[in-house]
Amino acid sequence: MRTNSLRKTLGWIGLYTLWTVMIIVTLLPIYWMIVVSARSRVELFDTPTLLIKSFYTPNYIKPLSDPVFQRYLINSIIVATSNAVLVSILALFATYALSRWRLGGADNIFFWTITQRMAPPAAFILPLFLLFTRVFRLGNWQMFDTQIGLILVYCVFNLPFAVWLMKGIMDGVPPELDEAAFVDGANRWKVLISIITPLVAPGLAITFILSWIFAWNEYLLAANLTSVSARTITTGLAEFVSVTGTNWGEMAAVATVAILPALVFLVFIQRYIVTGLTFGAVKE
Amino acid sequence: MRSNRMGWGLLTPTLVVLAIFGFLPFFYVAYIGFFNWNAFSNQLGMQWAGVNNYRRLVFDPAFLDSMGRTILFAFLAVTTELALGFLLAQTLVKSFPGRAVFRTIYTLPLIMAPIAVGASWRLLTIPGFGPIPYFLDKWFGFDFNLGRYGTQAFITVLVMDIWHWTPFVTLTLLAGLTALPKEPNEQAMVDGANRWQVFRYLTIPMMMPVLLTTIFIRLMDALRIVDEVFMLTSGGPGTATQFIGIHIYRVVVPKTDYGYGSAMSLLVLYFTIVLCWLLFIAMTQVGKQKE
Repeated sequence: MRTNSLRKTLGWIGLYTLWTVMIIVTLLPIYWMIVVSARSRVELFDTPTLLIKSFYTPNYIKPLSDPVFQRYLINSIIVATSNAVLVSILALFATYALSRWRLGGADNIFFWTITQRMAPPAAFILPLFLLFTRVFRLGNWQMFDTQIGLILVYCVFNLPFAVWLMKGIMDGVPPELDEAAFVDGANRWKVLISIITPLVAPGLAITFILSWIFAWNEYLLAANLTSVSARTITTGLAEFVSVTGTNWGEMAAVATVAILPALVFLVFIQRYIVTGLTFGAVKE
Repeated sequence: MRSNRMGWGLLTPTLVVLAIFGFLPFFYVAYIGFFNWNAFSNQLGMQWAGVNNYRRLVFDPAFLDSMGRTILFAFLAVTTELALGFLLAQTLVKSFPGRAVFRTIYTLPLIMAPIAVGASWRLLTIPGFGPIPYFLDKWFGFDFNLGRYGTQAFITVLVMDIWHWTPFVTLTLLAGLTALPKEPNEQAMVDGANRWQVFRYLTIPMMMPVLLTTIFIRLMDALRIVDEVFMLTSGGPGTATQFIGIHIYRVVVPKTDYGYGSAMSLLVLYFTIVLCWLLFIAMTQVGKQKE
């Protein structure tokens, strides 16, 4: 009896020690980034301590009041939000279609999009760059260096997971609801907008937030499909490393700003991240 | 019979977007791969090259080196993440006070921008004020310098990847473990099977679909890593962390060797598909032998 309860207590201690260590390890790089963002250049090299004793605000104020950086931030917000809206609407339509009609072969298309995930990302830079500068243009306007270009390109990796995520939720809405509404004289559009959409709203919210985060986080395409006016915050952050004599405090501040949305949304979406990252293949 | 027309109508916008921005570039890459096309070369425009680009690739030491390095990296990263993830997932199956909090914080790296992950690890390991070199030197007198020692840079990228993606492996395997039926395990225990046998002959085969999905996704992503490495080491020192994604990027963007870069991309894609396919066959064979 006694050895059993002793073993149990040891098990608990082991479990909590393990997870406390895991959390410290998880948070350490992020914590240190915030520490660096709170120090001036002199403090940084003079004080080898892990504690935050004072907060050096110019690291944040300087980039945040710089018009170039402000534009990066605004671009990121516009691109991520528009992309998330677009993906949510397209996924709503597509999954309603897939769950209410038999559309032979349509599911396969989403399976094939996984090849996107297998190819080196740099492989898509060149063809997209050429399409954006030479093919997708009207008069003086070209899709290169525009927000709309990024918004549409990000659909390629956000739509497949959004469709898989929404499909499961849409299949859970019984078709009898549609039928009942038809009897009352509603048409398809009305059913979709006023009956189905409210029912799948929680799923749409998850789709929206995950798409938003993935679009906000994207770097390589943003760096190569924009030059001046549509640059995003991730490209702004990467620019710090190519500059000689990097101001590490400012870089840490910008990186902290770049992960703020993740920190804010974490609690809402942590249960769905896995579904989002596996293209919907693994559900919790 | 209801007409399918509205169904296709609702699906069309999605298909059009994927076709234009997903599939068109893909076929374009395949096409460019058959040409000599370098924006800096004195011959302007595209010159038909047949399979010459592919022939060149087989004997290109820079390509083969970075490919080998990428495979080694992917193998080490994925196996470590799987082992760690499996152990950690086991501890999360049963509910305990605080589990939700641990899990939530633990998930944070997954939704951070990869570029910010690279930035935070750079700050952690930078010679001068980074705590890792500082404490390694102070406690062990160990000379840690990412800019000087290639092996250290490689290992640091590996550790960063494990930090970044073990939570993902843990959560997918946890989802699989939670969905497992309990009865077979209990039955086997009653029949006198030990824990190892239950794990080997019941848990692993039942987890096979989730395991395969997890391995495939991690393998695909590890083979195409760019952002974090670019931020942490920029592929250096020398070529110590120049993985295939970065190598292709350098061929296509700064060197503007479009045809060769495209051929390389396609070969890597083909290699990834073959690797996943072989892995799939190997793992399903192992699953069958057990029965």
